[in-house]
Amino acid sequence: MGRKLRMVAVRCALSGLTLLLLSAVVFAAGQVLPGDVGRSILGPLADARAVAALDHQLGADAPPLLMYARWIGHLLQGDMGVSYAYRSPVAPFIVRALGKSSALAAVTLALVVPLSVGAGILAASRRGRWQDRLVNLGGLSLTVVPEFVSGILLILVFGVWLRWLPISANTRPGTGAPEQLRHLILPALPLVLVLFGYIARITRAGMIEALDADYTRTATLKGLRRSQVILRHVLRNALLPTITVIAAQTSYLLGGLVVVETLFRYQGIGSLILTAAHGKDYPMLEAGILTVGAAYILSAILADALVAMLDPR
Amino acid sequence: MSPPALSLAGLSVSYGRTPILRGLSFEIAPGACFGLVGESGCGKSTAAFAALRALPPAGRVTAGQIGIDGQDVLSLSRAGLRQLWARRVSMVYQDPSRALNPTLTVGVQLAEAFTVLGAPDPMARAEAMLARVQVPSPRRLLAAYPHQLSGGTQQRVVIAMALAKNPSLLVLDEPTTGLDATVEAEILDLVDALRREQGTAVLLISHNLPMVARMCDRIGVLYAGILVEQGEAGEVLGAPSHPYTARLVACLPGAGRRKRDGPLQTIAGGLPAPGAALAPCAFAPRCDRREAVCLSTPPPERWTGLHMALCHFTPPFPAPPGLSAGAPAEAGARPVLAARHLSKTYAGPGGAVRAVDDASLTLAAGETLGLVGESGSGKTTLARLLLGLTAPDPGGTLTLDDAALGPTIRSRSRNDRRAIQIIFQNPDSALNRAQRVRSILTRPLVRLAGLSGRALTAALSELAQGVRLGEAHLAMRPRALSGGLKQRAAIARAFAGRPRVVICDEPTSALDVSVQAAILNLLAGLQARDGVSYVFISHDLAVVRYLADRIAVMYLGQMLEVGPAEDVLAGPHHPYTAALVSASTAATRIRLKGEMPAPGAVQAGCVFQANCPRKIGPVCENVRPPFDPDAVHPVRCHLPAGELPRVDRRLAGANS
Repeated sequence: MGRKLRMVAVRCALSGLTLLLLSAVVFAAGQVLPGDVGRSILGPLADARAVAALDHQLGADAPPLLMYARWIGHLLQGDMGVSYAYRSPVAPFIVRALGKSSALAAVTLALVVPLSVGAGILAASRRGRWQDRLVNLGGLSLTVVPEFVSGILLILVFGVWLRWLPISANTRPGTGAPEQLRHLILPALPLVLVLFGYIARITRAGMIEALDADYTRTATLKGLRRSQVILRHVLRNALLPTITVIAAQTSYLLGGLVVVETLFRYQGIGSLILTAAHGKDYPMLEAGILTVGAAYILSAILADALVAMLDPR
Repeated sequence: MSPPALSLAGLSVSYGRTPILRGLSFEIAPGACFGLVGESGCGKSTAAFAALRALPPAGRVTAGQIGIDGQDVLSLSRAGLRQLWARRVSMVYQDPSRALNPTLTVGVQLAEAFTVLGAPDPMARAEAMLARVQVPSPRRLLAAYPHQLSGGTQQRVVIAMALAKNPSLLVLDEPTTGLDATVEAEILDLVDALRREQGTAVLLISHNLPMVARMCDRIGVLYAGILVEQGEAGEVLGAPSHPYTARLVACLPGAGRRKRDGPLQTIAGGLPAPGAALAPCAFAPRCDRREAVCLSTPPPERWTGLHMALCHFTPPFPAPPGLSAGAPAEAGARPVLAARHLSKTYAGPGGAVRAVDDASLTLAAGETLGLVGESGSGKTTLARLLLGLTAPDPGGTLTLDDAALGPTIRSRSRNDRRAIQIIFQNPDSALNRAQRVRSILTRPLVRLAGLSGRALTAALSELAQGVRLGEAHLAMRPRALSGGLKQRAAIARAFAGRPRVVICDEPTSALDVSVQAAILNLLAGLQARDGVSYVFISHDLAVVRYLADRIAVMYLGQMLEVGPAEDVLAGPHHPYTAALVSASTAATRIRLKGEMPAPGAVQAGCVFQANCPRKIGPVCENVRPPFDPDAVHPVRCHLPAGELPRVDRRLAGANS
């Protein structure tokens, strides 16, 4: 047990270090990006003195290292800083965007995990037959279709032509949870299509390895029912790689959805970061990227913990 | 009379369209033990799976009948088959670590076998069953996961699972391959005792002829999916009636055969490729007794009593043409490689682990030192120390030709590096998969021997000829070669730099006996030609005995005994050596108390005392036995020389 605790402690320390490095990289990259904060806020026609004054007021004319040190210092006290663009604290923006992104990610996972894991299991148990080929080829073809292509097609079919689903992800304030969920289905679908093939194929590979394993034959020759063999002996071993892959995809869902969010005009953390980058809004940009980084690391740790629980080795 | 436990009649099995078994027929009487032998790829395992109707999805029975306890297995419904599996038959296969589910505890997996039978209180039954397979503390074991157990204990758990249902037929597919000699002996004793108690019939599949001879009443010999001979075990291996069996037996380095007695027999050629068209007699292309009739008419089943051979002719078969033998190398007096007080301590989670403890050895030019010991004994670490892959603890010294040798490969000159080479058990690990054999062999010739141009071409062809690799083989990549050819390429690679010492780490243990014989001949021939010295690591005493001039026995990092090969094997020897020797003989085995403990910190007394059947008393626990590495035949034991044990050594392989 002591060994496991130490492992967790080391893991957390390393994660902190990773985040620190990430913030430094983002900050450095931000300095290199062309443009000027005061200029982008006030517009190209503004007076140069006004721009300089605004820069000074925002602290954007300080030496880079000082700016970085100030920001890290505040961050450690739980203060994410003040947005250059909105002139108000960053934290509420991040929290709101993260909430929206989480909702979309949750809907996507709720759809894609049962579908793709089920398809992977089906493909593995019908190896070489048409079901297997369908899952393999279909999954692969869907994975290579970019989200904006499938997104537009889905909007046209389900939103415009069939009118089954609302084409905007946003709902009016005060809308009930079921209706909010209904609005999220169409934005989630392109993501489901992208992830489906990947997760299904990993599941299929894990299933096939476990189905062919000696221990599965041992279980079969014990005279256990096929369902018992699958449930007790095969699945637990087969799904370990799938869990890791799903965790990695979760972080993609939380941070990398710029295209889908733009397409459905959904203010998740992806579009927040994009807007911040356009406007040279460093505090917002960095807080956003660090949040995504933290989500990434957190989901990886959770997946590892889950795998460690299921696999005594 | 009760029906046979297993009867196969004209059984043919194909994988896809490739026939694997062709008309296999034999019976196993209730409680009897039948051995099925043959080279790898001959269809042994397929026969085992087919008998239990547990073929992989691609496999299919194309003809014939299978009966278990008189029941027609092929006509069983799915539910009937499950009942058969649950109550009547069991199977144990080669690698116990893969036969057990890594994510479930031993108790859960073992209890399942009882739950299926509807037995009350399966966990208690599981514990009782573990006690029957003689594991220490069965109760604790129930909660353990497979990866926490040693290979021997894992195999005991698998056997417990197999015997839980009190089956009428137990199929053992290479059950001890990969286990250490003393562990193998114990597992076999255990299976033998339990099956006699329960009256279980056994189908034992193995390429290890001596082991099959010890265990079985009857033996069948498979060649290319055809049963070419079957009969009473002693008769089949002692007086074979089929040329293939005769040649297979002759390949064994048994009967106390030594390299100076000449090369071992081999079988030219290999098994026909799966799916290839067979001659009327499948073995004819490789057979010395071949005549025109063998290639025109299928051979008849010749029965003599209960002994069948599928051959046109009767023994005696003419002895195969003698292999031209170079005189074996005479070991010189001058030491090439000397190691003094080598130790290696690793930092482990529970404190320091002494992997090698004060090992000293000398190796003369042209000499072979056999290094014997079980897994965890430090053989491989010692090899790494000699190669400079691992730095020894301070205090140890290495000398090559009386000059100090650097402790690590970096501190050694190019000459010193090329002087010591290694051949691995698994040639794949030594051969770059992406390269052709030619470039694999060219690289050390350039890098170590510094050759180029015409000299390089000449050296390459000489090297290839030396290991009998043809021009065609040089153009292939390793994966296109068979196991034996790959090992030849690995040997050529090791010999490219004209080494003084070659460390052979179990170079033949993954190979069939016929291929093993060829590789051993090759090693002996290269030694005669170049005067190279070998450190030959193996767990197979018959093989070590064939090749080694001297033998060192290791246990838990220490050398327990070093001496001339004959003396070490003949005794009087260390109690541990006695156990090892007895494990591979037909005579009564010496039982060790428990398994070798995990390597740990330096111990005050004798490293073997916890397992020693001849322990004297507290002196063994508290005082290190004396050991003089410079003596001719030192034995690290407190017993007076006159009381050291001696084993009646009819080495297995003598097939007595």
